[in-house]
Order: sequence, then structure tokens, then C-alpha cells
Amino acid sequence: MAETTAPAKTQEKTDLAPTREESRYLTPPVDIYETADALVVAADVPGAEKDTVSIRVDNGILTIEAKPSYQPRGTAYSEEFALLNFYRQFQLPDAIDQDKIEAQYKHGVLTVTLPKAEAVKPRQIAVNVK
Amino acid sequence: MSLGWDIFQQMERLRRDMDSFLGADAWGWRTRPTFRWSFLPGRAARAYPLLNVGEDENNVYIDALAPGLKPDSVNITAVGEQLSIAGEKPVLGEGIQAEAYHRNERAAGRFVRTIALPAPVDQNKAAAEYKNGVLTITVPKAAQAKPRQISITTD
Repeated sequence: MAETTAPAKTQEKTDLAPTREESRYLTPPVDIYETADALVVAADVPGAEKDTVSIRVDNGILTIEAKPSYQPRGTAYSEEFALLNFYRQFQLPDAIDQDKIEAQYKHGVLTVTLPKAEAVKPRQIAVNVK
Repeated sequence: MSLGWDIFQQMERLRRDMDSFLGADAWGWRTRPTFRWSFLPGRAARAYPLLNVGEDENNVYIDALAPGLKPDSVNITAVGEQLSIAGEKPVLGEGIQAEAYHRNERAAGRFVRTIALPAPVDQNKAAAEYKNGVLTITVPKAAQAKPRQISITTD
């Protein structure tokens, strides 16, 4: 009678290994560039409302997720695109100040600004001549 | 030559089979797709923006997948059965050196695309909206393209 349920097999979580969402997803194209004091990640995630866009930093991995709500209108005459959930992960370098990450979503483009930690910013050292 | 097997004929048949599989008719025109594509066009896209065209009795609906446009650069013109979309997707981070890019996958630049619509449209009543990177255009069909109910009189 007393059925024992075996604990569900949990996949071993390896550190710093980017994981994948189980369902089908789209990989948004990104631009990543560096400025003097930040790393900027810009991703095209069109068709998603602002509150379905989520950015997570967990264990040094940046996860970008968005759930577009776009549906084609009318009877299809020609269809060139369909949207799925967006999902993409990046491993962040250590030299990022994770508390000061900022994000903006505008016109379907998600821009994440990752400020560099103070310790790695270039510093000018004055040379004294005696 | 009566080999009974013509390689060119076979190749042509294969091409037609592939076309119909990919949603085009025997002459290469796009018809209704047999399956739906799910991907975002990157740098290698030939046609930008990707468009979904739909219709009902009164309107033609055109949706363009175009994130990151400068909204005031978008120029839509409709004449008869043709629709043109022109605009500009600006480069993010003006003045960033090429060496500072770790990844550069989002295409940017000016574009123009012209497509044939399923019916002639009334270009004076077109409406367009740009929201969350999707440009939605609604154009009413021209009066002569709308279906008309013909009543039957009986004696």
C-alpha cells in the first residue's frame, strides 16, 4: 500500500555550465561590446512585452529570457516568421560588478549594461620626475 | 536517345518537390507555407524585414519583424497591390571601435523591401504601429477587391 516514491533524479549541476531550457526556443542575436567602464550586451527580442523580459545573473551566468506574445493576424497569405520564447546564456567574466547591472528594453531591443568592477578599470598613474 | 531515364527531367522533378515542400509553387513563387519558420534573421538575411501577410474580407495585415528601428525613419508606401517598407536600424553604441566588439550578430543599416499584396488596397486609409520591435500595418482593401453579396430576386 505505502508506495514509496523515489526521489526524482536531479541532474548534477555543474558549476558555470550554461544550461538549456527544455522547450523549443529561439536564440536572439546579440551585440556585445566593451566601453571604458562597462560591457554592453544588446539582444533583439522583438514581440515581447516588457514584463515578460527577464534577466538573471546566477553563479556568474547571465540568462536572457523573453516570451513574445505576437500572433499573426487574419488568414495567412504568406508567413515568413513565427516567434518562440527567447533564451540565451552567457558566462560573465569575474571583473563585472554584479550589483550594478542595468537593463533597458526599447523597440524590441534589450540592452544590458554590465559595469566593470573598480579593480579592473584602467588607471592613469602619474609619473613624478625628481 | 531512349534511355528511358533523363537526368535533367529527374532533377527538375526533384526541384519541384523541394519547392512545394518549402512552400513555393512550380515557378518559385511563395505560396502558403507547409510549415512555419522560427528564427530571427541575422547578418545573412536576404530579405529584411521578415514579413507576415494576412488578410480578411476588408483588410490586409502586414507584420514586420524589425527590432531596434528608428521609428521616424520608417517609411511605408502602398500603391495598388504593392507595399514598400523602408527604414533604418541604427548601430547601437555610436563610435564604438570594431575591436571593442566581442560579438556582432545584430544586423544594422538601411533597408527597403517591396512585396506584392494579396489584393489592391486603399492606400489613404493605411494605419501602422510600431510596438516592441514589431511593425504592424493594416491597410483596407480597395472597394473593388472586397467581396460583394449579390441578392437573388425570385418572381
